[in-house]
Amino acid sequence: MVEITDLHKSFDSNVVLDGVSLSVAEAENMVVFGRSGTGKSVLLKCMIRLIEPDSGNIIINGKDVLKLSIKELNLLRKDIGFLFQGAALYDSMSVKENLEFPLIRNFDLDQKEIDERVHFVLEAVSLLEAINKMPSELSGGMRKRIGLARSIITKPKLMFYDEPTTGLDPITSKEISVLIIELQKALKMTSIVVTHDLLCAKIIADRAIVLEDGKIVKEGRIDDLTSSDDPLLKNFFSDEIIENNGSMI
Amino acid sequence: MLGGLTNFSIRFVKEVFLPPYEIEQIRKHMIELGMRTLPIVGVTGFIIGLVMAMQLSPVLKRFGAEAFLPGSVGISIVRELGPVICALIFAGRVSSGIGAELGSMRVTEQIDAMEVSGVNPFRYLVVTRIFATTFILPILTVYVIFISLIGAYIAVVLVQNMTWAYYLDRVIFSVEFGDAIPGIAKTFVFGYIVGLVGAYKGYTAENGTEGVGKASTSAVVVSSLLILIFDMVLVKLTLWIWPTVK
Repeated sequence: MVEITDLHKSFDSNVVLDGVSLSVAEAENMVVFGRSGTGKSVLLKCMIRLIEPDSGNIIINGKDVLKLSIKELNLLRKDIGFLFQGAALYDSMSVKENLEFPLIRNFDLDQKEIDERVHFVLEAVSLLEAINKMPSELSGGMRKRIGLARSIITKPKLMFYDEPTTGLDPITSKEISVLIIELQKALKMTSIVVTHDLLCAKIIADRAIVLEDGKIVKEGRIDDLTSSDDPLLKNFFSDEIIENNGSMI
Repeated sequence: MLGGLTNFSIRFVKEVFLPPYEIEQIRKHMIELGMRTLPIVGVTGFIIGLVMAMQLSPVLKRFGAEAFLPGSVGISIVRELGPVICALIFAGRVSSGIGAELGSMRVTEQIDAMEVSGVNPFRYLVVTRIFATTFILPILTVYVIFISLIGAYIAVVLVQNMTWAYYLDRVIFSVEFGDAIPGIAKTFVFGYIVGLVGAYKGYTAENGTEGVGKASTSAVVVSSLLILIFDMVLVKLTLWIWPTVK
């Protein structure tokens, strides 16, 4: 489904991605770990060309992403959902308008079908009562849920999650992670999740990779990575456990 | 920055003619921006007209030319004061607003979200706003000119016994077609500048909330400066291609 080969990206002299190669199979859930500033979000944004990589190859659904015209890229993007770190809801639009936006602009649906899809995704994230609210009236967790609803309303085959639980309390984080995996199964999507949250990763991931200095340094099942004797992984995951359990500090 | 503005402007020209045409968004922005600016430009225009007439009255009296007061005020307002004052107020109110709005959308990844959903954010957010500012400013300018003339009339009444009908007749008699058209026409350029600079600053904002603040502030400064520079150029150009206004 996703095949990345030798991806490079630098900002001036700062090398962010230094020859990243990975593949994600259909219906697989892959988590990308790494410390802040190791290029996780940049990797995700390169895949969808929100950031243009310097070199490398990205194949999604058999299409060479870096060689697509803008028109072809937009067609491909219809099959991809993206949950941004801060949910990125459009401030000037209500929840309903936020959800309708990608459907009205990209799909030839009548209003009845649009309403049905809006109700379906709001029910899926248990926020039907928020349909007429503005984003400013929503809590952090609710914003994430609506962001997730907007991402899946187009029924994408591939989902990208950029820190889906960052900034949320542990209970809401767990709820969001469970919601992600439930939707994942229900809609049979492939997903790539960038996160720091070990609990979120344990709930979601089939497989995980660890990015360090712009390179993939480890890859494997999440349990294998967390129980590894590798000093880097031990250090990383012990920090993560403390970070995700504030009371232990 | 000038290079960036030029490229942004070229991109606008390229995209403005391509479908889908966001007519509803343009209409919405025109109403919103127009309504947002209407009270402040109205008050400013009224005061400018009043003060202008108050200042000119004793000067004209010194030369025994009080009868020319309505005409002098009318020509000043129609040719220069109305368009430029309105554009500067519009820049302060609207350019900063567009800069802050788009800047905030940029740093909170809303523009990225739009792009990912297969919508061209430049066309949806930028083209519609520049189009709206370009066409709403001339309308606001006509309104400001009218309000300024009312302000000036009040000042005239204070020093001369003159009816509204006679005052208006004197103004219309003095202001020629060649005064009004270039005065209004240049506000299309001013409106374009306000939208372009505000959108450019906001769309290219970075560094979080600090970047949004900078985008908003510099949008006002740059657009005001460009309005004055282009005014200078356009006045010279008008006098060159339209000798009747000499």
